[in-house]
Amino acid sequence: MSIEVEIVSPEKVLFSRAVEMAVIPGLEGDIAAMPDRAPMMLLLRGGVVELYENGVVTERFFVAGGFADMTATRCTILADQATALADLSVADAQKRLAGLEASYDAADKMNVPALDLLMAKMQSARAEIEAAGGEAVKAA
Amino acid sequence: MASLKDLRARIGSVKSTRKITSAMKMVAAAKLRRAQTRAEAARPYAAAMRRMLAELGAGTRGQSGLPTLLAGTGNDRVHLLIPITSDRGLAGGFNANVNRKTRDLIGQLQAEGKTVRLLPVGRKGGDYLMREFSDLILDKIHGSGGKEIPFSAAAELGERIAAMAEKGEFDVCTLVYNRFQNVMSQTPTTMQLIPLALPANDVAASADAPVYEFEPGEEELLSSLLPRNLQVQIYATLLESAAGEQGARMTAMDNATRNAGKAIDRLTLKYNRTRQTNITNELIEIISGAQAL
Repeated sequence: MSIEVEIVSPEKVLFSRAVEMAVIPGLEGDIAAMPDRAPMMLLLRGGVVELYENGVVTERFFVAGGFADMTATRCTILADQATALADLSVADAQKRLAGLEASYDAADKMNVPALDLLMAKMQSARAEIEAAGGEAVKAA
Repeated sequence: MASLKDLRARIGSVKSTRKITSAMKMVAAAKLRRAQTRAEAARPYAAAMRRMLAELGAGTRGQSGLPTLLAGTGNDRVHLLIPITSDRGLAGGFNANVNRKTRDLIGQLQAEGKTVRLLPVGRKGGDYLMREFSDLILDKIHGSGGKEIPFSAAAELGERIAAMAEKGEFDVCTLVYNRFQNVMSQTPTTMQLIPLALPANDVAASADAPVYEFEPGEEELLSSLLPRNLQVQIYATLLESAAGEQGARMTAMDNATRNAGKAIDRLTLKYNRTRQTNITNELIEIISGAQAL
């Protein structure tokens, strides 16, 4: 049994293959896409999508927020931005996080939607650093 | 009558023009292929987005209190037009078509007593509209149809439009752009972005369609999907316009090359005739000179 997983960013399709299971970073917690799952749509937070084949993780992608559309046979991940984990850079993400934190401090604290957006971006940047760092440690 | 020297110079200059136009045609052809590949690569995302929107929209149809991006402000007074043109010319009627369409649209809307605002993307459209409608232009955005069109450019524009919509600065937002039909023809087309016409849901129409779960809620999903959709739509039109620009340039340069070839043939014929006449004249002079002796 396998499920067709597609990871698409606005620019291109990053991944499209049948895998056993995909673990997706949902806004309210990780969720696994498996065959015969009840159809579901969810918002994503910044995090890592893990693709399982034969019980082990074969591919990892970092997604910076987005949406997922799951059905019984198919799982489409619409990522705002998606990168293979190996291509992540800790320094870049840290720089972005620093910039975001600065704009968060400067932001109008009454403007809740804007703050929420910044928070989400910061969370995504933190998750990216974590994802990139984890990979770097493993490689060493 | 032009002298032989003048004719030679003209033939030379037309020949070098032909070289330039044929080189531009080649370049446009190569760029066109790249632009088309990019436009195709962006299609799956847009398609998936449409599917999700259709699914979500089915549940919310007819409700009140929908997001501005979907339902608009409820008025139809202030129109924001976004004509998308290229930064560079020499592409046949590519930019002129969009400009003319925009101009017609402005005239039509103003005749109906509506307020028009313009946000031209691309230098050619901006410059053209500046002449006639400088008081309507909010800002000009350059850099369309360049080498690379990053999604961030579309995202920026989308965010800006979304922010303006939230503030109620306009009621209806429409894109005017060249739809890429094929290499030979691009049709100037309008597309209404706000209020959004939700795609019809053909999946849920069938009785045994599965019922979707939504996480978090339907409304939260919709409210984050809509701005994204706006950006994706803009991105798709930018890519399409870029492909169209190259297609139009290729066709225009192909015509120019052919015309230059014809002009060269004509000038060469004229050059040879003139040369022949000159020789004949000289011969006549010599012969009549000899006879006079």
